[in-house]
Amino acid sequence: MTLLDPAPTASHPVALAAPTGVRRLLAAGGPDPDAHRATFGARPRPTPDRLIAEAEVAGLTGRGGAGFPVHRKLRAAAEAGGGTNRRTGAGPGAGTPVVIGNGSEGEPLSAKDRLLLRTAPQLVLDGLLLAAEAIGAGEIRLVADAELHAGLRTALAAHDEGARIQLAAARGDFVGGEASAVVSALEGRRPVPRDHAIRLTGSGYRRRPTLLQNVETLAHLALIARFGGAWFRSIGGAAADPADDAGAGSPIDAGTRLVTASAPGTALTVLEVAGGTRLGTVLAAARLDDAGVRASGLGAGVRAVLVGGYHGAWVPAAALDAPFSVAGLAPWGATPGAGILHVLPHGRCGLRVAAGITRMLAAESAGQCGPCVNGLPRIAGLLERVARGERDPGLTDEIARVGELVAGRGACHHPDGTLRLVASTLREFASDIAAHRAGTCEEEGR
Amino acid sequence: MTARNPLSPSRTAASGTATALHIDWTACAAHGLCAELLPELLQLDEWGYPRALGYGSDIPVGPGELGAARVAVNLCPRQALALRATAATPTTR
Repeated sequence: MTLLDPAPTASHPVALAAPTGVRRLLAAGGPDPDAHRATFGARPRPTPDRLIAEAEVAGLTGRGGAGFPVHRKLRAAAEAGGGTNRRTGAGPGAGTPVVIGNGSEGEPLSAKDRLLLRTAPQLVLDGLLLAAEAIGAGEIRLVADAELHAGLRTALAAHDEGARIQLAAARGDFVGGEASAVVSALEGRRPVPRDHAIRLTGSGYRRRPTLLQNVETLAHLALIARFGGAWFRSIGGAAADPADDAGAGSPIDAGTRLVTASAPGTALTVLEVAGGTRLGTVLAAARLDDAGVRASGLGAGVRAVLVGGYHGAWVPAAALDAPFSVAGLAPWGATPGAGILHVLPHGRCGLRVAAGITRMLAAESAGQCGPCVNGLPRIAGLLERVARGERDPGLTDEIARVGELVAGRGACHHPDGTLRLVASTLREFASDIAAHRAGTCEEEGR
Repeated sequence: MTARNPLSPSRTAASGTATALHIDWTACAAHGLCAELLPELLQLDEWGYPRALGYGSDIPVGPGELGAARVAVNLCPRQALALRATAATPTTR
């Protein structure tokens, strides 16, 4: 891997050397504000246009799961805010824009946002302030688990502009971290997703233009403001592995990303890796490859990896050379999402694991949308029957039929994300479904 | 209103912008009035929620169905329906 140090430019006076290697977000080594300043230097003050342009050059995408291009969201929120200044009178989108840093991490298999807020809070605060300036925001909120608030208050007190940022407590449940649910919670309403007919960037918190970004996304933005979009792209994506046809030239997988790796019963391990790193390489670094799984007594090696968490998809062990990138994961219906890898070791039944997750997801429905409320428990029940080894060959057809009643018919991504996991389970464990019908199990026997 | 195949090409206007009936699932409570008013467009699923085969929350409405669709929007007891112009707008969240 070659690393390039782009030359400083007038708009990007690099007072300090840019971090090299894949240790970027975590380069300061801890939350100490002096270490932050010594590692990254002071927060730069680019013009809004400049920052948005650099984010576009970087190809930075949201790290909360949806992977939306950051520069487009910044521009939409900036234009919505600017538009209201030119107009008179109220209406949707009227008022001063709001920026929300989202540290809600309701996904049980993810720990990277909490780790980032603990170890690099100054970078997140810098990113929040930069985003606020880019869209002309008058109000800046940071949503995080209440257990992190003591540390964050210390970080805010140590930051020159910390007084501009208001802390709010995150909801711990699965759908409470969804963007519109976070906005509803901040408005003092029930923290559930709202109908997406109107975009938050146009009319969000108290009908004001609202930019909501995941905290990791904001930390990357703070680095891009300092070192530039070209620096961001100098690793990951096409730079990660010249032999990687899938990732080559893709702006989506540039830079680094935080990844949370785990297996059933293990702690969650957070790593910073280059975009497009092969899955097997990431697992080896987390000691969750075949050797690691055997050494820790988890099982006889890796059977499959759930990529993307409870709304994710399975990648079989035979495909662990796939790059952790949009193109690299597409053949399995997976995306980099929020950077989650969960290993299924040999010896554990994937159908049982997936049925348990699906049941949990059905219970986590916000209870608002009929197809989700009615459909997810039905699907969970059917998958449980498959996992238990019921011999009815119609079970999988019935899952597909109910799935069609649920698909695309919800206010948020929860039903579709659940269907993604279920569809992937039926695909990747098809031979095990046949085994269950025959009264056995490929992994657990009978 | 003339009977119309709900999947006929006339449901997307030639001008490039089309109209869609948007269902706000957080508001819909399966009263089913819309499916009575728009039988060519909507069926009810087994739980009583409106459904157009092949579509999710935004269902294309042809010019011949616009009048009935407006009535459905106005009469929905939960105000769960809206008519929206559907240009090719990417979703930002």
